[in-house]
Amino acid sequence: MYLPNARTRRAATAVFLAPSLIGVVVFCLVPIGMSMFYSFHDYDLLAGTMDFLGLRNFSRILSGREFPQVLLHTLTYLGLYLPLILLTSLGQALILNKSFPGRGALRAVFYTPVITSWVAAAVVWTWVLSGRYGLMNQALAAIGITGPAWLNSRAWAMPGIVMTALWKDTGYYALMVLAALKSIDPALYEAASIDGAGGVRRFVSITLPLLSPTLFLLVVINVIYGLQVFESVLIMTDGGPGGATTVFLERIYKYAFRQYKMGMASAYSWILFAIILVFTLIQFRAQKKWVNYDA
Amino acid sequence: MPKTMYRHIPKALFVVLVLITALFTLLPFLFMLSSSFKGEEAIRTIPIRWIPERPTLEGYIRVFNMPGFSFPRASFNSLFLAVATTLVQVLSACMAAFVFAKLPFRGYGKVFGLYLATMMIPGTVTMVPNYIILRLLGLLDTYTGLILPALANAFGVFLMRQAMMTVSDSYLESAMLDGASLYRSFFVILLPMVSPTLFTLILLAFMGSWNSYLWPLIVLTSTDRQTLQVVLGNMNSMYRNNEHVLMAGAVLTILPILIVYLLSKRRVDSGIALGGLK
Repeated sequence: MYLPNARTRRAATAVFLAPSLIGVVVFCLVPIGMSMFYSFHDYDLLAGTMDFLGLRNFSRILSGREFPQVLLHTLTYLGLYLPLILLTSLGQALILNKSFPGRGALRAVFYTPVITSWVAAAVVWTWVLSGRYGLMNQALAAIGITGPAWLNSRAWAMPGIVMTALWKDTGYYALMVLAALKSIDPALYEAASIDGAGGVRRFVSITLPLLSPTLFLLVVINVIYGLQVFESVLIMTDGGPGGATTVFLERIYKYAFRQYKMGMASAYSWILFAIILVFTLIQFRAQKKWVNYDA
Repeated sequence: MPKTMYRHIPKALFVVLVLITALFTLLPFLFMLSSSFKGEEAIRTIPIRWIPERPTLEGYIRVFNMPGFSFPRASFNSLFLAVATTLVQVLSACMAAFVFAKLPFRGYGKVFGLYLATMMIPGTVTMVPNYIILRLLGLLDTYTGLILPALANAFGVFLMRQAMMTVSDSYLESAMLDGASLYRSFFVILLPMVSPTLFTLILLAFMGSWNSYLWPLIVLTSTDRQTLQVVLGNMNSMYRNNEHVLMAGAVLTILPILIVYLLSKRRVDSGIALGGLK
């Protein structure tokens, strides 16, 4: 944009950029450096002591007994959540892509869990999943299944958390899939029909390939968010029962804000970052195999 | 089977599928609502009584009379913080976006690239140092401390910049030829022209702030400063066996944001299409 006065321009640039840039520097860039620094130290915030440890925070975490458990639980969450969220959000999007009376209302219904806070969702689902009187087990009983004591069971606590997350997140990702579905040229379906392709064939040969960039995006986002699962775990199980649902962020939170071991927490968060990075890079490598950017 | 009947099967299947997904989404809410109007015994029935036999406001009354926490106070805190955070976050993002879209300076590409790069750093990494920075600044347990990190909002800058790029410079230039200041043309000409995106960002910021949990949990320690979400989280451990109280609390937490959503539903939907955030 043209401005006659260079001084006005410089002043305006500074004034307009300053709040945001200061924010990014102070609360994002500087913290990255600080976090690296702390991760090499034994930093006890309560005692106010800081001792250099080199890489010992990392080796202590990686060789400890806790880490494989935390990794296992986080990956269990991700392994259950990821395929299911793809299925449910695709399903919801396919439903919303049809026109039928009440579609607008249904769309609002599907989106309501998304605007619900994680705390409220977790509180409600703790009650839904409660052993005897909860909605889930009463519904299961109605079809002859005796449900487990979800959140009090070592085996079923994580699936319970995953179910809650599916309930909460599906509506959000469904809208992303829906936007992609709407952008598919209807002429493609017509041409395929004329060539004799049935519904299933059209879905597999047209819909899925054209959705693949969006599905790829969903996988990438959900791996990043899924590895950082936190609020649901903290409120629904607090890492229990008996440590059966300890996950990365829950550990980081507890090291930092229950034990005030800031060095340990920082090292843990960098390990998590490295894992996220590796997962994301692998996906970008693998996308050539299944993501279709043509059309 | 006659052919006409066969044709109805996919349709029937579709209706069943819709019903199942709608019920899966809705029933927990109805379960919450129904439980919130029951007494301590009445919530534990098999089968579930969806319409309470003797509806009671006991749960709600207890929510408003909790020992140690004030629910109305927490609601006010949440509302105040959501408004203030939204203002800080959206205004700073719009101002920075204006520079990146309309006032390029030497090296602005690198700065913008830096912004984009910060979007990849998970909040996990910056959480601990941000807490320590607030501690150094003496801002722990203050609203200023809670709000300030909202200035670092690369996503908002990116979103607004993309929108402002589509507005022709000539609108601003002619406004300034007519004697408007740069600041005035930013607020009076540019912002109204990007209002759909602006509105999306406002909604996302408001909902994000209203629903946020971890950051207020860490930063605000005085009970009278805590937010609704933190209080509800605390209630969850205090009222383990009084689910009617918990459900009443959940209803009161969800209701305000639900109203905001329903009033602005169309814009929320279009915001998602813009590639929005949670």
